[in-house]
Amino acid sequence: MTVTQPQPQPVGPVLDTSVAPPGAKKIADLKPDLLLTQEHAMCPGCGEPIALRVYLEALQELGLAQRTIGVAGIGCYTAFSGTMDVDLVQALHGRAPSVATGVKRMKPEAIVFTLQGDGDMVNEGLQEILHTAARGENVTCILLNNGVFGETGGHMTATTVLGQRTKNSLDGRDAEYHGYPMLIGDLIAQIQGASYVARGSVHNAGAVARTKRMFKRAFESQMHNEGFSFVEVLTMCPTGWFIPTGDGPDYLQDTLAEVHVIGELKVDGVVHNTEQLVAENTRKAEEAAANKARDLAAKTGA
Amino acid sequence: MTTVEASPGVAHLMEGSEAIATAAVAAGCRFFAGYPMTPFTEVLEHFAKQLPPVGGVCVNAESELEAVGMAWGALSTGARAATGSTGQGLSLMQESFSEITLAELPLVIFYMARGGQDYFQSTRGGGHGDYRHMVLAPMDIAEAAELTQLAFHLADKWRNPVLVYGDYLTAHTQQSVSIEPVDFGPVPDKPWAVNGELNGTGNSRIVSPLGFAKKGQPSLGIERHLRAMQAKLAEIEQAEVRVETGYVDDAETVIVAFGTPAKFVRYVVAQMRAEGEKVGYVRPITLWPYPYETLAQVSEGVRTVGVFELCGGQMIEDVRLGVLGRAPVVGIGGISTDGSGFGVGPLLDVEIIRERILAIHRGGADAELPPLPVNERG
Ligand SMILES: Cc1ncc(C[n+]2csc(CCOP(=O)(O)OP(=O)(O)O)c2C)c(N)n1
Ligand code: SF4
Ligand SMILES: [Mg+2]
Repeated sequence: MTVTQPQPQPVGPVLDTSVAPPGAKKIADLKPDLLLTQEHAMCPGCGEPIALRVYLEALQELGLAQRTIGVAGIGCYTAFSGTMDVDLVQALHGRAPSVATGVKRMKPEAIVFTLQGDGDMVNEGLQEILHTAARGENVTCILLNNGVFGETGGHMTATTVLGQRTKNSLDGRDAEYHGYPMLIGDLIAQIQGASYVARGSVHNAGAVARTKRMFKRAFESQMHNEGFSFVEVLTMCPTGWFIPTGDGPDYLQDTLAEVHVIGELKVDGVVHNTEQLVAENTRKAEEAAANKARDLAAKTGA
Repeated sequence: MTTVEASPGVAHLMEGSEAIATAAVAAGCRFFAGYPMTPFTEVLEHFAKQLPPVGGVCVNAESELEAVGMAWGALSTGARAATGSTGQGLSLMQESFSEITLAELPLVIFYMARGGQDYFQSTRGGGHGDYRHMVLAPMDIAEAAELTQLAFHLADKWRNPVLVYGDYLTAHTQQSVSIEPVDFGPVPDKPWAVNGELNGTGNSRIVSPLGFAKKGQPSLGIERHLRAMQAKLAEIEQAEVRVETGYVDDAETVIVAFGTPAKFVRYVVAQMRAEGEKVGYVRPITLWPYPYETLAQVSEGVRTVGVFELCGGQMIEDVRLGVLGRAPVVGIGGISTDGSGFGVGPLLDVEIIRERILAIHRGGADAELPPLPVNERG
């Protein structure tokens, strides 16, 4: 009997993150003041550390650094519990909004935020987030939505989009077999107690800047006691998406963001639906393209 | 009907649930969250009434899962906070109980049992991991008020949850009680409580069950954290056992009972003594830590140890561990509920208890017990 030994497979190029890619520009300090280290233990290409950076900068810039208390759920981002230089309560998977409620009720002068993933918030803890919004609890809940349980190794969550392959939707999420994704931001926007609801992303610099503005508005809304505020951030998870590291941003734009559309879902009590967000995003993209063409024309003297 | 506002220091006729809430507020409890369920509901009602006037908060949580989560958050800020329910509600809270214990938060739980079948749940818990709660079992309303205040003290002293075990009668019967703040001595400060003031200094805090510390701060790590917890629990076992005994010195038969049933047993044993029967009783006040030592001493030379509890036999396992073969241990209680399953049944009757004690006192451990009374109202 002959046994065929598996042949070693050629290993593809690995993204070297220890050196900046050629032409990269430094646009900010290596780390925000509210981070204890510039290192993180996440996979290369993970979007979560970018979201972390953005909301910490927003808190700092609003002068809220010394009044903030965070409550973290359980997912890959739990690693940030030990690296954020912010007082923090580590909650269970799904349970951060009620813990944040207890914190805020005893410390109404504090700015209280939660940090949860889609598995944590939309699967395990859906009831908690909806009730906390309905109570108009004056806290800011942050959702890092990558459409998978990243931490357990890439499994389907309630926000996984149709067609998305995960370890338990091997041929892609099929509506008939697995059901439909939940658009949690849209759902929360409908709740009366929610004052500000937005969905950002970290897949390119423009999206990051826009997301930072969203965080600022959410924290400001909490400062003004306007009720529940919510910022969902679409984040890359190349590991849980089973794609090459560098493909994360494009995959996010073409799959997740097609369904979970980026934009402000509720501002000053006015709800914006998907069609309105798509129209707004298209208008912005066209405006940006026109500006770019104009700049180019000015530069080349055409 | 006139209602009397409970005020500290003045004796009032009040329901146990009111006494508990009043005592908790007197002990400095400023946060409560719960979800209605008989016979716990009135505890929630009284907190809802009493907390806002003292600047506290009572949240009518949307589930028991959320109630315990909210208490967790309030505790993390250093506030004295509590939750509660019946056995079903506590079943839902178990994951959080385990983790709150590992996070060393001083939670107080007001537990009003349906029937009397939740000794295991209260003393063992249904949660994961190596954890323990102190459990205080008052026999009546005056003691419930006293132990409520003690519960907040012990929770802070040890940074460990404390459960106060009551039942339908604790919550719903009335007794004249006077509630004044009790000073049990100093408790440690709470430098771990979150408020945001140290953010950005490298010294921000983390309240975590995972044994984590912030990057750059000294950390035990999970394994040593869990071992330190065990060392603390061993200290609690040495320091906090509370038990009452009566007529045990020359007793031939000793009856062990806790909570409301123990009040009946005490009464019956005292009566039988007056008639010259050599019976005695042991009443554990702390169900954890359990008075194993007392049982070991008391059972020496005793003919029979009887355990009276309103269930199929749960505490009897701890009694056997304490007695450790020194005397035969026999259950003389049983399942007995009212028609709704919420309250207590016909077994909780001095004449019936007396017959059962007398049966083993005369006939020893092998004596045939009178049949359990049946709840005729179904
Ligand atoms: C009650 C409970 N069930 C399951 C888990 C296991 N678990 C840990 S992290 C995780 C997934 C987290 O997914 P998500 O919140 O989306 O965060 P991500 O890892 O994607 O950032 C799961 C299921 C748990 N910790 N607790
Ligand atoms: S599994 Fe996904 S979410 Fe988790 S660290 Fe890796 S890339 Fe980030
Ligand atoms: Mg996820």
